[in-house]
Amino acid sequence: MKRLITLRINGTEEELHVEPWWSLSHVLRDELSLIGTKEGCAGGHCGACTVLIDGKAVMSCLYLAMKARGKEIMTIEGLKGKDGELHPLQDAFIEHFAVQCGYCIPGMILTAKAMLDENPNPTEEEIRAGLNGNVCRCTGYVKIVDAIMSAAAEAKV
Amino acid sequence: MAVRFEYLESRAVHEAISLLSRYGCAAKLIAGGTDLLNEIRSKQIAPEYIIDIGAIPGIDSLTYDDHGTLSIGALATLRTLEISPQLKAHHAVISRAAAQIGSIAIRNVGTIGGNLCHASPAADTAPGLLALRAKVKIAGPAGERTVALDDFFAGPGRTVLAHDEMLVEIEVPAMPPHTKAVYLKHAIRGAADLAIVGVAVMASLDDGCCRNVKIALGAVAPTPMRARGAESILEGKMLNDALIENAARAASEECRPITDVRASADYRRQMVKVLTQWAIKRVFAENKQVSNEATAETTTVS
Repeated sequence: MKRLITLRINGTEEELHVEPWWSLSHVLRDELSLIGTKEGCAGGHCGACTVLIDGKAVMSCLYLAMKARGKEIMTIEGLKGKDGELHPLQDAFIEHFAVQCGYCIPGMILTAKAMLDENPNPTEEEIRAGLNGNVCRCTGYVKIVDAIMSAAAEAKV
Repeated sequence: MAVRFEYLESRAVHEAISLLSRYGCAAKLIAGGTDLLNEIRSKQIAPEYIIDIGAIPGIDSLTYDDHGTLSIGALATLRTLEISPQLKAHHAVISRAAAQIGSIAIRNVGTIGGNLCHASPAADTAPGLLALRAKVKIAGPAGERTVALDDFFAGPGRTVLAHDEMLVEIEVPAMPPHTKAVYLKHAIRGAADLAIVGVAVMASLDDGCCRNVKIALGAVAPTPMRARGAESILEGKMLNDALIENAARAASEECRPITDVRASADYRRQMVKVLTQWAIKRVFAENKQVSNEATAETTTVS
């Protein structure tokens, strides 16, 4: 039976009816049309569905929508600034040609955001370790790591 | 998620227990859900009810008492264990084993209780906790009981928990003085992958003599297991290379691995021998280097 719940997504309260077995990724994409969040493997292995819950990276495919009540959810749509400007990480990804097909990128960027929020000066090794749950089949990761390094360096200036 | 279930929520351990008592085997507890939802989706299990225990307060933290005994709430996330400065200082092997599971996004949600109750033979937190002689506190309708982790696992995916019981706490004794512990995980893709073999060794060196030797193995038997034969070869003996090799051989003989998609039984046996040897050497090397500081290490071998 569907339940009426409230989710706080990108700063906005959304009231909606959900089935108890719906994952957060399903609700974001298919109920709220927030299709920036991707679903790749639906098993917690690829990281394409990564969103931030209370600031921490979480696989939304393995997270029940019911569990997200009362929490602050951020998707890639919520990362842009007030006037629609890109986040420095997004700028860095463009600058460094870190995007090819793009499917993994929302997850990569949100994972990177959580990583930099926790540790603003990561080493390359720490960045690579932090990305171990985000699979990219196009770029070979080098430019993604470069982009994150550069965003971290920019933030220091 | 095509498979359907009803969602129930409990805000206290006793509420979860009474829901489990009412719904019996039709119900499953969910904490983080990173294992459970995968099992439901792949149709290995089909619970009619899932009982969310994630919001139960007071069972998600790490505390040390005056004797240095560590209590880990069952809902402590793997990430909490990974980054806890206290754990890194006093029981680092647990912290580093937790860091060997999945990705940060999995560890932010997955719990130590879930890792143990899921009862995968390859559970990365199990060998270290077995070697450190952990106990688990189990809550049920009649109150709490404590079980040695040695007696907790009953088979692949099975524990001694009755249908109306839940794991609430893991208790780990203080490391004996001058004792080190390491966990070595052999996996193709590091933390993101399941262990082919996991080996945890705890030991101290007292004037060249091996003491407090505990060895535990993962992914090479129906449950995580102690390698007691290997332990007894080392315990109380003067350390030398032949002794280490004998102990490692004993571990490879007493494990009971299967052949599966990750490795053959024979390969696993060989790797138990290799990793046990490395782990023992690593523990004693650390003993010699810093003899008055209890440290521990976990390494992924790939």
